[in-house]
Amino acid sequence: MKIPGLFWGQFRRDGALALRQPGELANPLAFFVLVITLFPLGVSPESAVLAPLAAGVLWIAALLSTLLGLEGLFRRDRDEGTLEQLVLHGDPLVFAVLARLLVHWLGTGLPLTLLAPVLGAMLALPEAARWPVTAGLALGTPILVLLGGVGAALTVSLRSGGVLLALLVLPLFIPVLILGVSVAELAVAGLPTAPVLAWLGAGAALALITAPFAIAGALSIAVETG
Amino acid sequence: MDTPLLTVRQLRCERDDRLLFADLSFAVARGAALQLRGPNGAGKTTLLRILAGFHPDYEGEVSRAPGPLAYLGHRPALSGLLTAEENLAHYLSLTAPGTAVSEITDALERVGLAGYEDVPCQALSAGQQRRVSLARLPLLGIAAPLWLLDEPFTALDDRGIALVTTLLAEHQAAGGGAIFTTHQPLAPRPGLETLWLGLEGAP
Repeated sequence: MKIPGLFWGQFRRDGALALRQPGELANPLAFFVLVITLFPLGVSPESAVLAPLAAGVLWIAALLSTLLGLEGLFRRDRDEGTLEQLVLHGDPLVFAVLARLLVHWLGTGLPLTLLAPVLGAMLALPEAARWPVTAGLALGTPILVLLGGVGAALTVSLRSGGVLLALLVLPLFIPVLILGVSVAELAVAGLPTAPVLAWLGAGAALALITAPFAIAGALSIAVETG
Repeated sequence: MDTPLLTVRQLRCERDDRLLFADLSFAVARGAALQLRGPNGAGKTTLLRILAGFHPDYEGEVSRAPGPLAYLGHRPALSGLLTAEENLAHYLSLTAPGTAVSEITDALERVGLAGYEDVPCQALSAGQQRRVSLARLPLLGIAAPLWLLDEPFTALDDRGIALVTTLLAEHQAAGGGAIFTTHQPLAPRPGLETLWLGLEGAP
């Protein structure tokens, strides 16, 4: 009875907070759109040049814009002192963490995924790859948020943790990137993409059941050292 | 019923190679309040954080009666973008899920903030923010038998100080206990004790 209350209480609070800061919500998305818009302008508008790059560009932009939104994931709570109350009363902390990450994904990963087919068209992404790449992003962006959350929780006590956060989580993002891009290659070659998508799904499931525990542990330590 | 809410034995804590306190022993019985006093840097906040479980780096023994704990740090722990009511509703979802919203309204009225339910906390003054933070105490009441309050009087006016004193007295009368830090000299009353930190042979 306590656990749904913990989850939804945190979900409501974080949802209200996110909606009251539309700028912070829009920043990673604007970054995503801008980076992708620059490619046809800076590289070449020729679809023959862009098409092979398209999936990679979409994934790299998604990865960097996820990284952009991560640093503030727990920072404000720590500065305000609400993190202490969360650690003190929010036991088991994983459910509050899950709610926070869900709100974060709904504000970043989900819109990125929904924008991908449109922006893919701008990059001349081959038609065959459009939906497989979108499905890959739908499965991959939760992994990015979950793994990134671990990095954000570990660096929450550091005043300028941004660079360290990138160094910590980018190596973990690489397998997701490789799998996500290979989905497009398989789709263009006419091969089945389901096995690779299943790998991404397995990764998302694994991250979902492990990362919140790591995040909760890191946040408890952050409170103790603060 | 007679077991103390909190017992501390032989507590010793060093911070940054400086000894804050050693051989510190005390107990907080039901109905008792303990005022921690001492100069800045004497370790008052650190002691409260040890008691709340936020500072594992100590020697000695701390045993606490089971039950939740109310801890108010020196920061008000409010989100500036959320209203007073939303902040308290989130706190209740952590501590006492299923509590009626009307109790939040009552608690805000209690701390003198009736009519401020829907104001974002960043638009409130420092004293009002402190009051929102303090509204957690009547919300929890005796459900949290032990209150740990770090500088609860900061930024409060005279009536605010009287309010906190009343809240503490009521909590003691209900069988709760409290430990709080303040530099404010308080009028002596039954059940209120003072513990000096960092001063040899304090006045």
